[in-house]
Amino acid sequence: MNKFILSTTLITTTLLITALVFVNSEQAWSDEHNEEWSLFGLSSLKYTGVAPVKNASYKDECGSCHMAYPPGLLPQDSWKKVMRNLENHFGDNAELETSTHQELLSYLTDNAADHSEYRRSQKIMRSLNSNETVDRITKTPYFIRKHDEIPKRLVVDNPKVGSFSQCNLCHLNAQKGSFSEDEVSIPGVGYWGE
Amino acid sequence: MNNLNFTHRNTILISLLMAITLNSSATERATLLEKYSDQGVSQFSAERGQQLWEQPNDGTAPFTTRSCTTCHSQDVKQRGQHIRTKKAINPMALSVNPASLSSTKKVEKWFTRNCKWTLGRVCTPQEKGDIITYLQSQ
Repeated sequence: MNKFILSTTLITTTLLITALVFVNSEQAWSDEHNEEWSLFGLSSLKYTGVAPVKNASYKDECGSCHMAYPPGLLPQDSWKKVMRNLENHFGDNAELETSTHQELLSYLTDNAADHSEYRRSQKIMRSLNSNETVDRITKTPYFIRKHDEIPKRLVVDNPKVGSFSQCNLCHLNAQKGSFSEDEVSIPGVGYWGE
Repeated sequence: MNNLNFTHRNTILISLLMAITLNSSATERATLLEKYSDQGVSQFSAERGQQLWEQPNDGTAPFTTRSCTTCHSQDVKQRGQHIRTKKAINPMALSVNPASLSSTKKVEKWFTRNCKWTLGRVCTPQEKGDIITYLQSQ
């Protein structure tokens, strides 16, 4: 009888460990679909997607011209590069006074993808080549891979979107840090993948 | 009857709060204009402000011609749109957007950024005062 209990426990434990390893592996089955998938409630929602933006100054300063991109979408070296170049911010002037600049730089680097426990941030980090510091989220290999099947006419040539940098126009819950494929609706086109 | 009084009192309170808020915006704007005056400007002109606002300037591609209207729309009473990101910008005319131009810090920040982008240089206190005077008159 004791032998039976022991072997059952052993099998269960092995199965559980295998399942956990599988969930955490690169080719997790939920990758293309619901990031909020959980195994018996073991996968915490906190770690799915990207950490949402918390800093009020960041929301106000950067969010006044474009979506306030979650810091977890780029590594800290990328944010440093962006912040060094605010006088020519992709063709626009976005300079900040010293104290605000300092506050936002700290917020961005402290919460960058390389410091994040969120899945999407970790996937972005793993996709990056260490010799190059990208200054655009749309240049990260992870981003490119995720968007390569979307025709130009639906985004760049779509007058209601215009650019891949307008995350929140298609990703309905982007502000909450959720970029799940199930929550994509392209303006003027409709839900993606239906 | 009591309910009516309560609603009525709330309306008065809200109106009073709004009046105080708008009044403090006006005070901050006046202080800002005074600051520009102290920097050696005697008088501001809405006409000059409008001219500067609408004047086309040279820029680099893809926006080789730039003016304030590029992002703020042709009509200051209408909403604008950021030329690159397409993000909506509230109307600049004080008559339709009384809350605008009320924070010195924000006004200075946007003048710095937008003068450099649009004109390729910083604006003088005279130009800043003229533009505020123009937007106040609309």
